[in-house]
This record gives sequence, C-alpha cells and structure tokens, in this order.
Amino acid sequence: MIIEALIGFTFVAALLVLLAPNEWAGRLAFALSLVPFVGSLYLWSGFEAGGNALTGGTIAFESQIEWLEIGGRSVSWFVGLDGISLPLVVLTTFLVPLAIVSAWTPIDTRQSQFYGLMLFMEANLLGVFMALDFFLWFIFWEAVLVPMYFLIGVWGGPRRKYAAIKFFVYTNAASLVMFIGFMALVFGLGDSVSSFGLPEITQALAAGELGMWFGIPPETLAMAAFLAMFFGFAVKVPVVPVHTWLPDAHVEAPTPVSVMLAGVLLKMGTYALLRFNFTMLPDQASMLAIPIAVIAVLSVIYGAMLALAQKDLKRIVAYSSVSSMGYVILGLVVFTEYGVGGATFQMVAHGLISGLMFMAVGVVYNATHTRMIDDMAGMADRMPIAVGILVAGAFAYMGLPLMAGFAGEFFIFVGAFGADAALPYAPVFTALAMFGIVIVAGYLLSAMQKTLFGPFRLETDYEVGPAPFHDIAPLGVLLAAIIVLGVAPDLFFEMIRDAALPVVEGVSVDG
Amino acid sequence: MVDQLPQWAALAPVLALAATGLLLLLIDAIKPSSRSNTSMAGTSALGALVSLALTVWFVVAGTGHEDTGGAIYLLADAIKVDTMALFFTAIFASVTALVVVAAHDYFHDHESPAEFYSLVLFSATGMALLAVANSLAVVFVALEMVSLPSYALVGFLKKNRGSVEASLKYFLVGAVSSAIFVFGISLVYAATGSLILSDVAEGIESVDGLAGVAGVGIVMMIGGVAFKTASVPFHFWAPEAYEGAPAPVSAYLSSASKAAGFVVAFRVFTEAFPVGASLSAGIDWVLAFGILAVVTMTLGNFAAVVQTNVKRMLAYSSVGHAGYALIGLAAISAGGSGNDAVMGAAMAHLLVYGFMNTGAFLFVAMAERWGVGRTFEDYAGLAKRAPIACVAMAVFMFSLAGLPPFAGFFSKYFLFMGAIDNGFVWLAAVGAINSVISLYYYSRVVKAMFLDDPSSPSALDAVDVRPTGLYGAVIFAAVATVLLLPGFGPVIETAEAAAAALF
Repeated sequence: MIIEALIGFTFVAALLVLLAPNEWAGRLAFALSLVPFVGSLYLWSGFEAGGNALTGGTIAFESQIEWLEIGGRSVSWFVGLDGISLPLVVLTTFLVPLAIVSAWTPIDTRQSQFYGLMLFMEANLLGVFMALDFFLWFIFWEAVLVPMYFLIGVWGGPRRKYAAIKFFVYTNAASLVMFIGFMALVFGLGDSVSSFGLPEITQALAAGELGMWFGIPPETLAMAAFLAMFFGFAVKVPVVPVHTWLPDAHVEAPTPVSVMLAGVLLKMGTYALLRFNFTMLPDQASMLAIPIAVIAVLSVIYGAMLALAQKDLKRIVAYSSVSSMGYVILGLVVFTEYGVGGATFQMVAHGLISGLMFMAVGVVYNATHTRMIDDMAGMADRMPIAVGILVAGAFAYMGLPLMAGFAGEFFIFVGAFGADAALPYAPVFTALAMFGIVIVAGYLLSAMQKTLFGPFRLETDYEVGPAPFHDIAPLGVLLAAIIVLGVAPDLFFEMIRDAALPVVEGVSVDG
Repeated sequence: MVDQLPQWAALAPVLALAATGLLLLLIDAIKPSSRSNTSMAGTSALGALVSLALTVWFVVAGTGHEDTGGAIYLLADAIKVDTMALFFTAIFASVTALVVVAAHDYFHDHESPAEFYSLVLFSATGMALLAVANSLAVVFVALEMVSLPSYALVGFLKKNRGSVEASLKYFLVGAVSSAIFVFGISLVYAATGSLILSDVAEGIESVDGLAGVAGVGIVMMIGGVAFKTASVPFHFWAPEAYEGAPAPVSAYLSSASKAAGFVVAFRVFTEAFPVGASLSAGIDWVLAFGILAVVTMTLGNFAAVVQTNVKRMLAYSSVGHAGYALIGLAAISAGGSGNDAVMGAAMAHLLVYGFMNTGAFLFVAMAERWGVGRTFEDYAGLAKRAPIACVAMAVFMFSLAGLPPFAGFFSKYFLFMGAIDNGFVWLAAVGAINSVISLYYYSRVVKAMFLDDPSSPSALDAVDVRPTGLYGAVIFAAVATVLLLPGFGPVIETAEAAAAALF
C-alpha cells in the first residue's frame, strides 16, 4: 500500500497547491514535496528485492489490483520496485523539492499553477518508474507530457510555444510508434499471456512463446517490435539524429523545468529502453548491437561537438545531455554486468549532475538576465559561492573521480571495453566514446573561463550581487549528493547490479 | 426488488422522461407566472436524473439480462427492454441532465425558455423509446419523435438568422432522409412480411426471389441511420446545424441524438438483418458500413483540420467520431468471435463520448454566454480569466484525441483492438491514423487557451460572469471524463454483455 499512498499523496498535494494562493504556493509545494522524498527513503530502507522484476525476481512492495479486461488479457494496477527502479524513484523525489526551491526566484506569475503542475508531473513520473503493467505504465508515461507541455508553454522563454509544441509532437508521435510496436508483441504472444503485466510478457518472450501473427513470422515480428520501440524511446532519450526537440525545449523552459527535464524525463527514455528493448528482446538487441553502438557513439561525439559550438550557457548544458545519454546507450548495448549496471547508475548520476548544472546556470541567469557567453565575464567576483558550485558541477560532468559522474562513466567503460562477445569491436567503440570526455572538458572549461573568471564585465543598470540563500541551498544539497554517490557508489550500485545481472544473463552470446 | 415489479415497470426510465416533459407543459399551462427559468430547468434536470437513476438501478439489478430471464417484451413484442436499451438510455439521460442544467444559464435572458425544456425532454423520450423499439414501426415513430423537437430546438433562437437557417437545413435533410428511411422499411416489410425485428430476420433467411427488394430497403435504411448519426453521405446538415444552433442544443444533438442513431443501427442491423442470413441473401451491409466508417472518419477529421471556428471544428470532429463508432457495425462478421467485443467497445465509446463531447460543446456555450467570439483566436488567453473551465476543456480535447490519461484513450483503444481481434486491421489502422490527425486540431484549442496571449488587453473583459449551472455541467462532464478511465471496467463489461445478447 505504501506505493499507492506515495503516488496518491503526490496527486493530492498537486491539487492542494493548485488551489493555494500564489503568495505561498511555492513554500507549500516545497513542504508537501518533502513527504514523497521521505516516503521514498522509507522504501529504500525497507527495500528487499532480488533480481530483476521483469525476469522473475522478487518484487519489493508489490501490489496488484485487477482493473479490467481487454480481449481476454487483464489490465491491472500493478506496481512494485526492483534494483533498477528504486534509484530512479529516489532520484525523482529528491530532485523535485530542489527544483521547487530553485523556482522561487524565477517564477513570478501564476505560481500555484506552476507548482501544482510540478507535483502532478512528479506523481506521474513516480508512476512510470513503479508501474509493472503495460497499460498503467503507458498512462503514466503519457500523463507526464501534459504538465510538461504547459510548464514549457506557459512559463517558458520567448519561443516557448514553438518549443512546447515541438516537444509535444515529437514525444507523442514517438509514443504512438512505440505503442504499436509493443502491441504487435502482445498479439504475437497470443494466448500465452493472460495479462498486460510486464513480468509475464517478458517471461513469455524469454520462453519463446512468440508466434505467427497475420502471417508475420515471429523473428520478423520481434525485430519490427524492437525497432518500433527503440525509435519511440530513442526520441525520448534523445539520441542523434532525433534529438532536435531537446535543445529547444531546454532553452525555452524555465530553470526548474529544465532540471526536471534533464534530470528525470530523459531517464524515462533510457529506463524504458532497458526495461522493454534490452530486457524483453535481448536477442534482437544483440543482433543490432553494432548499429545501436554507432548511434550511441555518434550521440556522444556529435552531441559534444554541438555543445562546443554553442554561445548560450544553457544550450551547452542541453547538448551535453545528449552526449551523456550516449554513454548510457553504450552501457546498455554491451550486455555486461558493469555495462548495464553502469548505465543505470549513470542515469542517476547524470540526473543529479545535469540538474545541478541547469540550476547553477539558472542562478547566474537570475542575476545577469543573459545566458550568452559573450555578454559576461568574471562572474566569480560577484557570486562566489554559486560560481564555485557551478565549477564543481562542471568537474563532475567531466568525470572527476570521487564524484558520481566518474563512477557511472567508469562502470560503463569497464563494462564496455572487454565486451567483444556481445558487441564486436567493443574496444574501438569504447575508445571513441571516451574521447567524448575530452571534448566535454574542452567546452565546459572554455565556457567557464570566459564567463566566470577574469575581470567582471556585464552591462546592467543594477548591481549584481551574490545569489540569495534559497537559490544556493539546492545547489549545495545536490553537490553533496553527487559527492556522496561518487564516494560510495555502492549505495545504489549493489542493488542495480543485482537487478541488471538477470538482464545480462538473458542474452545468448555465442560470439 | 426489481423482480417484484410488474413487467411494464421496465419502461420506467422512458416513462420518467415522458412524464417530466408533460409536467413541464402542465406547469406552463396552469401557472404561467411560476414558470421561471430556474424551476423549469430544475424540474427537467430532476426528471432526467430520476430516469438515469432508474436505468442504473435496472442495469445493476440485471433487468432484461440473460441471468434474470432475458429481455422483457411488451406490447405484442413491439418493445424490448434489454441491457443495451438501458445502457443507451443512461447515455441519453446523462446528456439531457447536463444540457438542461447548462441551458439554465445559457437562456438566462430568454423570454420563454419553458418550451426549450419540454422539447428537450420529449426528444429524450423519443430516444429512450428508440432504444427499446423492437418493431420497425416503433423505430420510425420514435425516430420522428426525436427529430421533430430537434428541428424546433435548432431554430430556438427565432431572431437569430444563423439559428433559423440551420433549422431549415436540418429539417429539409431530415425530412428527405425520413422519407427514404420509411420507404426502406416498407420495402423490407414487402420482402419479409413483418415489422417485428426477429420475424424480419426469419424472413430474410427465406427471402429468395425478393432479395433485391430487401437489399434496396436495407440500403435505404442505412441512409436513415447515416442521417441520424451524422455520417457520410447524410452528414451535410451537421456542421450547419451544430454551428447555427444554440450551443446546448449542439451538445445535445451531437452526443445524445447521435447515440440514438447508433442504438437503432446496432439493434436493427444485428437483430433484423443478421450478418450470416444477409450475406447468404447477397446483402453485404457490413461492407457498406465499413466503407461509410472509413469515409466518415476521414472526411470529418480532414474537414475539422481546416476550420477556424471552434464550434464548427467540433461539429466536424463529431462527424469523425461517428465514423469511429461505425466500426462497431463495420468490424463484425458472421459468427465472428469478437463481434460482441467490438460492438460493446463502440457502445462504451459512445458513452464516454457523451460526456467529453457534451462537455466540449457546453464550454462553447459558456464562451457564447460570455460573448468572447467563436474562433480559435477569440479563445486566446482564456485560461488566464477562467482557469478551471479551461482545464476542463483541455481534458475534453485531450480525451477526444484519445490521449492516455483520459477515458477517451480506453474507449478508442478497445474499439480499435476489437476491430483487430475480429480481423479488421484496416479499419483500426484508418482509425488510428485519423486519431493522430485529430490531435492537431484538438491541441489548437488548448494552445489558444493556455499559450496564446489575447489579441488585445480588453479582449477578455467579456469574461465577467460565472454562470453556475454551465460551470457545474462542464466540470461534472470533465470529472466524469477523467473518472471513466479507472472506472472503465464496469462500463465495458456492461456494454459487451449488452452487445453479446444481440448476436
């Protein structure tokens, strides 16, 4: 019942905040958002699961209630946690209160609606990571889009309408393709499954129950479904070349929305890739290992190159997300314990680090009202603490040891380098992807050197001073979390590895 | 408790509606001084709710269900009360209740709103009668009983040229299609020798030399159905009538009246012209409905894309949805195992549609009440002045488009899945493509309300009243649209059971 209570409370909180007066909606939302965070810590403390929820491991906090029946297959409210979903749930509940605090300064109109939508989105995000029934999952998955559309479209920058609609159209079209792909699988399974429960479908697929459907042989059907789902999730991640909605959405979105977008929404895509494509159809994944690895490396390098060419601080961080997500895909496709585990760990690490970067850039923007690199210099003089944390965040991005980013990328590289079995030429791909880190260091260091250091220069008609405490505090908390996770990755990695192992073992590697 | 009631009590929902209509006339005649707008609206809403409550009670108690002795036949088999009749009566009663509550505010300054309420109630009585009709004669009479008040309702704003013009167009198309329909009935009677649906079915099996006559009759009846459901080729009246009519009437016609057309189609074509018997007589009405479904949904959606007027866009979207619901008839086959699933899904879709579409038109009614204009541009920035109503409208739009967090997702999904399971992948594919297209024009409304800025700072000054009844109806419809998602189980089960009894 604890999961129902958590999601239910978040919905109620969203409603309460929506009805609260604008003056204290932000504070109320922050207070209420701490409850899900505490709840998720409780889930963590009482977490007892073994293996992967989909491949027949024990599911923590499992709860299943019959809902309705479609063509002989039942749909139910089916939620639960395993080592892959719990870290993402904690990440979500941890980021939301911080994002809400970071919104106190920039959001100055229709506050109650803003914070209400944030909490509404949180509830649905929790649902996405906890749902184990396809329909339930899909409803949460799509329900995340609606608040995001409004958050970008109403509170965004000058081109907000374009960005919001582009986001909505891209991700919706992708969802439809993915939906059709998954449905093809379900039809192909025919009578061998009696529900839309993801574990049941995964196990039926593993047992080779996929049959002919409308004259399409099972191999073709599985491959078509894999491609459709991969496309659907790739847009969400996003990877090159379907990434173009992301920079627009990020640049127009207000800071706290960017934090959620980069921190959690992108992880929906990689999480779904891991759950659906790589866990359900591992054979197809290893057949397509080379093309997927090419896409991953392309995302890493091309995303970093694009970041190198940007003049807008926020665009730099946005493109670097494309680059980081490339590592995650690479980690998934190699099908090793450290690769898949590292990819999952990197989801959490990148959620924290990119959240920190967007927030820090936002704090600078609050003071300067510009994000153009050429417009400012020497910000370190005026806002030393914020700038200090921004620099620390950038180093985390570059993978400085003892920070979370290092742990995630290191695991992925360790897992990927020797993975010739699943991915031919794995060392080549890994080496190419590692080169991405050099570019990351290049653009982040040069951007910071230009804007943060040197003599102060910024044309304003007001005095630029240090940022207020409630802007700095979330940055500090995030930085602390990044360091904690970097020093002690086993906090999460232990359980992630436990859940990742069955995925890896599911693939039949015969060279 | 229900089984202790006499047989005729099964008609109680219909009688409740009729009695309310008569009561309204009585109040109007005896005590004209007390015929205030409020008391009239209240009485009619109460009547509709009583009818709804009776219907729900009967469904729960299993009246007319196989488990409790099967359908109840009355008046020499001319009336048949079964689960499907009750299911549709629930749709009619809900929509009627929403519309009369909303009309209370819409007609706040009208000099004699009393006629409006009695016309709506009589029309609703006709619909409920249509749902229980088991004889082609009753079908025709009930159909006219629905149509005649509708013509008057569309032209209710006597001094408004658009309203009167719409009424005339509606009447002319309606009169022609009624003539065609009744001629079709006479041909079917000539070929089969009966008007009672089950006897007609027997006649079809042994029709032999008269198959041509029966076939022409059936085609003509398809025309009558197409008119009532606003499907191609008799859809021309719909955009005109919905746009010109007072918005509550548009809501009523596009939701309840359309559902009434479908209850006739579902019952007559499955009971009087069973697929197997019709096919062996060389009459393939399933294919005819398949073609109509594809053309109707495609035409409705493409026409809706290019509209600039929200009400007209909704009118074409309503044509498109008629196309989706026609899948319920188009995707069945002789002895097909999924017949009941797909027709049940179409019925459930009509129920969900009853709430989301009525709600959308009532929002337009609210905009007309404010006087903000009718185009997409006129809706720009409305969310700043009326956030709650706009959220409700956004719910209707997303639900009509079939997006997941709302009931429209499930009802469309079940419909397309039912078609695929029954072997009609092409129908589901066309439906899905049309659904994607529809997202474009539905999201335009949301974009206008929430993202666009008003054309001038004073453009929204008209939004100065909070019409309670309209607000209540719109919000109730929105809540129902959301709650029908978790509560879809009982709805689809009832609908499938109702459909299963037809085959």
